[in-house]
Amino acid sequence: MNKILEVRGLSKIYGPGCPQCLESTGPEVDTNLCPHCGSVVAIHDVSFDLFEGEILGVMGESGSGKSTVVKALYFDQAPSGGEAIFYDSDRQHDLFSLNAAQQRWLRNHRFGMVYQNPNLGLNFNISAGGNIAERLLMSDLMDYGAIRERAKALLARTEVLLSRVDDLPKNFSGGMQQRVQIAKALATRPPLLFLDEVTTGLDLSVQARILDLILEIQQELKTAMVVVTHDLGVIRLLAGRAIVMKYGRVIETGLTDQILEDPQHAYTQRLVASAL
Amino acid sequence: MNAMTHTTNAYNFGFLDEYAKKEVRRAVLKAIAIPGYQVPYASREMPMGRGFGTGGLQLTLSLIGPNEVVKVIDQGSDDSVNAVNLRQFIEMTCPGVSTTTKTAECTLVQSRHRIPELALTASQIIVLQVPYPDPLVVVEPSEDKRKTMHGEADYSRLLVKLYEDIVKFDEITISHRYPTRINGHYVIDPSPIPRWDVPKLNDSAALVLFGAGREKKIYAVPPHTRAEPLAFSDVPFRVEDFRDAAGRRRACARCGCTDSFLDEFVADSGSKTWQCSDSDWCDEQLLRTEHPQGELA
Amino acid sequence: MIPPILQVDGYGKHFQLHEQNKLIPSSHNVSFTVRTGELTALIGPTGAGKSSVLKGIYRTYLPSAGRILYRDVAGHELDLALASEHQILELRRREIGFVTQFLHCLPRQTTLDVVAQPLLGLGVPREEAKQSAAELLSAMKLPERLWSVSPATFSGGERQRVNLARGFIARPRLLLLDEPTASLDPATAECVIGLIEGLKSEGTAMLAIFHHPETTRRLADQVVELAPPPAVEELLKEIA
Repeated sequence: MNKILEVRGLSKIYGPGCPQCLESTGPEVDTNLCPHCGSVVAIHDVSFDLFEGEILGVMGESGSGKSTVVKALYFDQAPSGGEAIFYDSDRQHDLFSLNAAQQRWLRNHRFGMVYQNPNLGLNFNISAGGNIAERLLMSDLMDYGAIRERAKALLARTEVLLSRVDDLPKNFSGGMQQRVQIAKALATRPPLLFLDEVTTGLDLSVQARILDLILEIQQELKTAMVVVTHDLGVIRLLAGRAIVMKYGRVIETGLTDQILEDPQHAYTQRLVASAL
Repeated sequence: MNAMTHTTNAYNFGFLDEYAKKEVRRAVLKAIAIPGYQVPYASREMPMGRGFGTGGLQLTLSLIGPNEVVKVIDQGSDDSVNAVNLRQFIEMTCPGVSTTTKTAECTLVQSRHRIPELALTASQIIVLQVPYPDPLVVVEPSEDKRKTMHGEADYSRLLVKLYEDIVKFDEITISHRYPTRINGHYVIDPSPIPRWDVPKLNDSAALVLFGAGREKKIYAVPPHTRAEPLAFSDVPFRVEDFRDAAGRRRACARCGCTDSFLDEFVADSGSKTWQCSDSDWCDEQLLRTEHPQGELA
Repeated sequence: MIPPILQVDGYGKHFQLHEQNKLIPSSHNVSFTVRTGELTALIGPTGAGKSSVLKGIYRTYLPSAGRILYRDVAGHELDLALASEHQILELRRREIGFVTQFLHCLPRQTTLDVVAQPLLGLGVPREEAKQSAAELLSAMKLPERLWSVSPATFSGGERQRVNLARGFIARPRLLLLDEPTASLDPATAECVIGLIEGLKSEGTAMLAIFHHPETTRRLADQVVELAPPPAVEELLKEIA
């Protein structure tokens, strides 16, 4: 098993920041808002490794900073500090020292992202097939027939009716939009996928089928994934390992079954106890 | 060029002051140096409305010298209102400059919506009037982001438009302003020329300049530069074919030409006729049939 | 003599419940070995921490004390109490299996897929994995009509057979069994016992907890009796 991603000391502070920011925020003081300068310490000192084909769960309540972690890694938001190394077969990329063009290249070719809000991941003004085509065209695939075949194959794989390949995603149900987003994210066969609360807000039955799909894809394609969720059920189903976050800090990390059956931190114990 | 001393009327030669001309020329040099790149410039107020060819006119007036032979056309015609007005303005503000309707005789063509049928030569320059210089404006409203996309030659979203076109209509339906990639990097809006004219940009002997007055941009296709219309490998770019229902190539009703871009005219009776869009070309063809070669001299 | 595949040395586990500010002892000072091709059975009264030992070895629990020395297929010795999460995941995938009293599986998966799962994780082609799963299920006398439905609707005995089949299919080197026959009727239990004997003869090392002393007597090569952990006060003194 090879490492695909190594994250060390990842931090993101919104606001001016001050010397007391770090000691004045975090799980011990129950806030991520610095009382001295008003900055929000969204995440501080987040470190983890991800291996090829592995699913890592990042769990926490809203405000824990869990989404900020994947947004930083997908270059949606520049972090304030820390580093991340992406090991791409025989090359390695120091993610935050790349220039904007290199970052966009990785984002378009080697990473995939599925957002909670399909509006962020899909262009609602072009067809479902067009959304996938866009990502393929970024990879310089210039054959219309091949693009169309691949788009259809991806939509079929994510169980979107092929009769809807040319429809606008804004006319799709929430679950279907997520399927199109997943198909789009997978278009370039990325080795690394980020999923940010992808099933939140969907009907339970729809949630279950999306989660099944994610697991099947992980088994078929051996895609490494970082799954952000507040839902312990999603973590239990998908993730082999998990990290638990609170007010921007990682408070616990471990094997998923160990975190659920033998949580170490008071907060995780409360979280697990309230869910089971 | 010492044009200032020639000035006899209230205006400088070429209407623009020498500093404005210099700035436009600098922009032109930069545009030639970076084929297809939209160079921003301080578009001046002209004594006509924006959108009437002020960008092209500023290019023409900055490049023109007293010995220039200028041709001005609008949609292929030397006689349409826009062409006539611009020609008169040039004659008025550039004493000594001569004008012509003959493509072969001019040294500089200012044109709206067409490139002459007669292939231009290395001693000629064509200036095209541009309403919308950025081909990405249809997919990205933010100019900031468009600049980044141009810089990285990321035209995937433009290509998606073509993809959607094929999905809906089985072919690319863009009739004019066809996005064209210059020298393998920047994609330009080649102004509202028909698809017919796009291949003329490729490896053109003449310098092609584009001026957008309202949008304050100048760009260029330098001589002998690659200009490739965006397309898919299996759905290639093609020009208008002007075939009738029976598949025969339509001919110009006036000169009989079957290899020029045709305009469609609908008579009051409802019947349609086709005629060369390039009036000089049509005249030349007529002349040739009336006086077969050899007799002309 | 071949060194044991597993050597547990002074294993202890207690839970620190922060909310109630309580310490719950679970296992205390447990030591034993498991050898290749042998079955070690854990016995003792309820509350002696038998399951806690299995979970500590599988790292579902983080051990509080002691060493869990495991000798992997390459002959390297590794303390499971200290191994990295990725090492543990890899061992779970390739070498160590765990069959509990309850079947934890993905909802909506067919029985055949559930059983084939560990093989798919090892990269066995889907059809081949399903073929092996089918063979195992028929050996365990699970009616064929059930193979294509989810085990969620099964009776306790049927479900447990699926559970065991999944635990056996990849032929782990070390198999942890937590009351695998508890919910089975005598005939099925007998069939499971036969399977366990078969695995043993193929060289699988097993650590098991059985509900019936009779089963222990029949299958165990070694029996380890656990005593309930000392009271909290004793434990605190010891930790201090």
